This record gives sequence, structure tokens and C-alpha cells, in this order.
Amino acid sequence: MTDARSQILGLVRRARGERADAAAVDARLAARRPNLIPARAQLPHAEQVALFLKMAAEAACTVERVAADADVPEALATYLAAQNLPAEVRIAPSLAGLPWDRRPTLTVRPGKADPADAVSVTGAFAGVAETGTLMMLSGPEHPTTLNFLPDTHVVVIRASQVVGTYEDGWARLRAGPGTMPRTVNFITGPSRTADIEMTLYMGAHGPRRLHVILVDSDPS
Amino acid sequence: MQPQSHAFKDNVRTALADANLQRALDRFKGGFAVKRKIVADKLPEFEALRDEAKGIKDHVLANLDLYLERYEAKVVETGGTVHWARTPAEARAIITDICRSVDAKTVTKGKSMVAEEIALNDHLEAAGIRPIETDLGEYIIQLRKEIPSHIIAPAIHLNKEDVAKAFREAHTHRDPARPLDDGGVLVGEARAELRERYLAADVGITGANFLIAETGSSIIVTNEGNGDLTQILPKVHIVLATIEKVVPTLEDVSTILRLLARSATGQEFSVYTTLSTGPRRDADLDGPGQYHVVLLDNGRSGMLGTEFQDMLRCIRCAACINHCPVYAAVGGHAYGWVYPGPMGSVLTPSLVGVREAGHLPNASTFCGKCESVCPMKIPLPKMMRHLREREFEGALSPPATRFGLSVWGFFARRPALYRAATGLAMRMLGWAGRREGRFRSLPLAGGWTSVRDMPAPQGRTFQAIWAERRRG
Ligand code: SF4
Repeated sequence: MTDARSQILGLVRRARGERADAAAVDARLAARRPNLIPARAQLPHAEQVALFLKMAAEAACTVERVAADADVPEALATYLAAQNLPAEVRIAPSLAGLPWDRRPTLTVRPGKADPADAVSVTGAFAGVAETGTLMMLSGPEHPTTLNFLPDTHVVVIRASQVVGTYEDGWARLRAGPGTMPRTVNFITGPSRTADIEMTLYMGAHGPRRLHVILVDSDPS
Repeated sequence: MQPQSHAFKDNVRTALADANLQRALDRFKGGFAVKRKIVADKLPEFEALRDEAKGIKDHVLANLDLYLERYEAKVVETGGTVHWARTPAEARAIITDICRSVDAKTVTKGKSMVAEEIALNDHLEAAGIRPIETDLGEYIIQLRKEIPSHIIAPAIHLNKEDVAKAFREAHTHRDPARPLDDGGVLVGEARAELRERYLAADVGITGANFLIAETGSSIIVTNEGNGDLTQILPKVHIVLATIEKVVPTLEDVSTILRLLARSATGQEFSVYTTLSTGPRRDADLDGPGQYHVVLLDNGRSGMLGTEFQDMLRCIRCAACINHCPVYAAVGGHAYGWVYPGPMGSVLTPSLVGVREAGHLPNASTFCGKCESVCPMKIPLPKMMRHLREREFEGALSPPATRFGLSVWGFFARRPALYRAATGLAMRMLGWAGRREGRFRSLPLAGGWTSVRDMPAPQGRTFQAIWAERRRG
């Protein structure tokens, strides 16, 4: 296949003539300069959090806000009961440290999703305010199947994880983990389709419900 | 599939007479276009973002070989493999070989227009590998053995009775008496059927909306989540993409993504935007063990440096299709190949030749709406004019048209004669039509008068009236 490669690159090179500038290309790749950033999300942090919740709700997420980690098990149990869902959930290993035993009726099992799992609970790497989008990174602490296989996906995210824009998310990724994980998922609301008569139906292949629990305080 | 674009005129006649199709098209009119306007208006920077996005792609196209090399190096660095294919046949052979190497029996597929372009499914089946489309619209048309009629809504030409019929014929293990008249029930049935297929598939094939040179990532954008289940459950993920899909950085792709969903479905952002980089990492609990990218040229390099280079900025959002009065009247199948509407009228002749698809650029009223909504500012009408020129120069337009144009050309080059001849013609037509004020039929203009009357002229030419006013 080297043949195809050099022929394609040769054709491309000939078509573009002499203008190409390898130094400019490498500089651009290294600089990673943001382009125009919409004003919408350039706000004080508290307002970014409010915008994130508003936009997520517009994308058909359900959202709620709790004060601290200790409130999460209660919030989850109440949500599951209200939706008539089983109190057995698959959690991302990253959430194993939450005080789940505060609600002994909940059964939480860490790991990747099993096709039989009805509900998954995961964290998020960031929440992007401009469109209410959740940013998720794959890894042993957050298997990607949890984002797609179960019918209901509950996301626990801290207020401090909310950023303004996608670019802010990339900046955090470069400053934190540093390298790209296998999968980055930007998720904006539950799965849907309009492929039949242009009518919107939820739950095409991924989760029918996406519930966001926003935790205001960071763990002490 | 083999392009059928030469049959455009016949296809149009059939489409206009197809009551079912017209019912589906009535639903389509306005749907996406209205939503696009609402979300575009909510983002004050929308117009400025279009200029930036155009600038990004123009820069990439001017340096495409360099970006492809850097992209490839990153894919390899992150554990993936890049395969280069000049032609559909090469791409299909590469994909078939990868499938065979893992003994694949079934493959799931995310929606990919490039896979349609190379008729991948037919060839996989011929090789004994069963392809299963997972996007709901693609799944429906696969069952019906059709091609997509729209690049983001492949089954838009159908009504739900058509879908119910296809499901009854395909899902024979289900109760034949089950009610299927509700759209939600149809979605639920497809979800259940496809769930098993995802879990059983050996290979998942997706397209790519973008390839990122900085990181070696491929991106897919969906609302259903099918492309994700397609790529994270099987052992192998194959990405099929054409060479013009590269963008430099994560920042650059973020800019273009702000335009994509808004221009396409009128959403602020699509539900799932997924970046895939290499195979699963050692410690990961799920994800594909192999990651392959098939980079296909198939005519793109031949558009670089020509008057059609701008078309390579296209991000396949379908805004031009959603706003096209011709598409709304005849639907996508009339165009005879996988790319319909204005973008297809430029892309199809560029890729398969003016001889096959020379009719398509004529299927335009030149209303200019497509260019005005294209997020990448592609001058679609201008390119259609270039293609019409090619059709004429290649002597591919019909003899009557060529004769008419040459007669007109003779007079147009001789202004005094032109004025005299048109003045005479107007007086005669005005006199002949003075009673009814219109003509029901006219010699040499049967194409016009078969569907509408020709208003009779008032007896004087525009030029004559204009000259009189100027003398004033
Ligand atoms: S030509 Fe423009 S409007 Fe049409 S699909 Fe391509 S990017 Fe979208």
C-alpha cells in the first residue's frame, strides 16, 4: 500500500504547487491557538454553572443540584424510585469512593457495563456550559460502555468541573491527563432519532434518560 | 452503487408523480430549515464562525499533504494503523482483508456516506461478511435495499407504513400480528433488534466527520449513539474517511463543530460527538483492540487546485439540501447517486464525471439559498455554472439547446441586429397573443408551455422601453 500512499501524497503535492510551508503547519499544530470564542459562555464561574444546567435541561437532560458528596446516594435513590427503576446500578470505578452505604437499599457494582444493566452512574471529566455538554474520558476508572449500553445514565459532576467552552475542556485535558484517552465522548442529552417521519423519539440506541446530579462542593 | 445520474430527467418525472414520496417531502419542507434559523440566530457569532471555519479548511487544503503526513504519524504513535486507498476497489479490499484477518462473520456499521460511495455493503456480502447498518434510517433503507435519499436523514423519503412493512418482512421471528402503527414502537423494535447485533459483531465500521492532525483522532457526530456502540463493542474498529477530512487542532475542530449541528439539524450540539484515538489502552476495561483508518482519495486529489477545490471544504451538514427548492420537489433518489441536492450537483459530476452526471448542475433555479446557508461558504451556484460550461464545451448538452444557444450567440454578438430582431419578435408575439394575453403552447417552447402558460409580451422590448425612459 506504500504505493497508494506515495501516489496520493504526490498528487496532492502537485496540485497545491509551491505554497506549502511545513514550518507554518508545525507552528500551528504546536500553538493550538483558539479561534473565535462565543461570548455566551465567557462568564463568572457561578453563571457558567447555571448556564450549564439550563442548556443541559434544554437538551432533554433532567438535572438536580446537591450540596455535597454525602447527598448523592440519597439523590440517586430518590431519582430511581421516582422513575420506577431498580435500585441496582453499575457505577464507574471512579465513583467507588462515594458514601454509598448511606443508602443501604442501593446496590452499586463498579465495572464496565453489562448488557443487562438498566442503570449506570458515572462521573464526567468536565461539563461544558455553552451547550450543556458532558465531556467524558475513557479509562479504567470510566469504561465507555457505561455511557451507552444502559437505558438510564446518571452523571455525577462537581460544580468545579464546569467550564465555559469546548476549548476550556481541551485546556483541562492537556493540563491534567496530558494525553488523549482512547475515547472522548461529548454528550448533550439522551439518545434520540428523527429518522421516522421527522418525529423525535428518545432512546434510539443509547440511554433514554440522562440525569445530571451537580454537586456544589468539592470533597474536603 | 453505479451512478444513475444520467437518468435524472426520467427520475424527476417519476418522483413528481409519486404520491407517497410527495407526502414524505411535504413533511420535510421547512423542518430542518426552520430549526437551523432559530439556533443560528441564538449565536451572534454564527456568521463570523463561518468565515473562521472557511479559513481553517482553506489552510488545510493548501497544505493537505503535510497535514495528512502529520495525522498519519499521530495515528501510528497512538497504536493505530493507516491504510491508503486510491480507489473504491482498493478501499474495499483493505476492509475485507481486515475483516478476514479476525474471521469476521458480521460487522456493524455507523452511517458513512463514503461507505455508500464505494458500495461497501455489496462487496462485504459478496465476501461472505454480513454488514448491518445501525443508524435507524440506514437500517431501514438497508432492509429495503435502497440508497440514502438524504445525507443526514437517509430514510426521509419514507412514511411510517413503509417502515412497518420493512420490519414485518425482516423480523419474521416476531409476532406477525403485532401492531406497528406507532413511530415509537418502530424505534423500540429496531433498538431491540440492533442491540443483539452490536453485541455479536466482530468488527465495527464508522465514517469520520473529521480527522485531527494534532492528535491522530477521528470524530463521529450522531444523535442516536449507534456509531458509539458500533465502535466500542467489537474487537476491531475501522474508520473509513476521505483525505480532505483533516483539520489541524482540537481548537479548529471545536470551531467547525459549533457550525455543524446548528447547520444540519438545527441543534445547539449533536447528542454524541466522539473522538477516537487508537485502540483501547492496556488498562481499559472496554473498547476495540484494533484501530484502523482507511484513507480514501477517490477523486479528491483531482479537485485540488481546480475551480472545484472549494467543494472539499464541505462538512456534509446537508444545509444546502434542506434549503433547496429542487430537492424539496423531487427528493434525493432522483439525483441517481449517494449525494443529492446542491452539494451532490457539484460533487457527483466532479467525482463520477460530467458525462454521467451533467444533468445535475442544471437542476438549479440559481436562487442562491444553498450558498447563503452553507456553513463553509462554498460557492455552490458558481460551481454549478462551471459544470454547465463543461457540459457545453464537452458537447454533452442536447442538440436543441446547443442550436438555440448558438443562434442566440449570433445575435448577442451583433447588438443592432439583436435589437432589430427582438423588436420584431416582440411585436409579432404581442400581436399574436393580444386576445388572451397568454399562450397555451408555442413552437420550440413545448417544455415551457406543457406545464404553464407563456404570458404574451406587450409588444415592445425591455431595451426599447429603457431607452425611451432614459431619453425621458
Ligand atoms: S455544501 Fe455546505 S451546506 Fe452543503 S453539505 Fe456541504 S457544508 Fe453543508
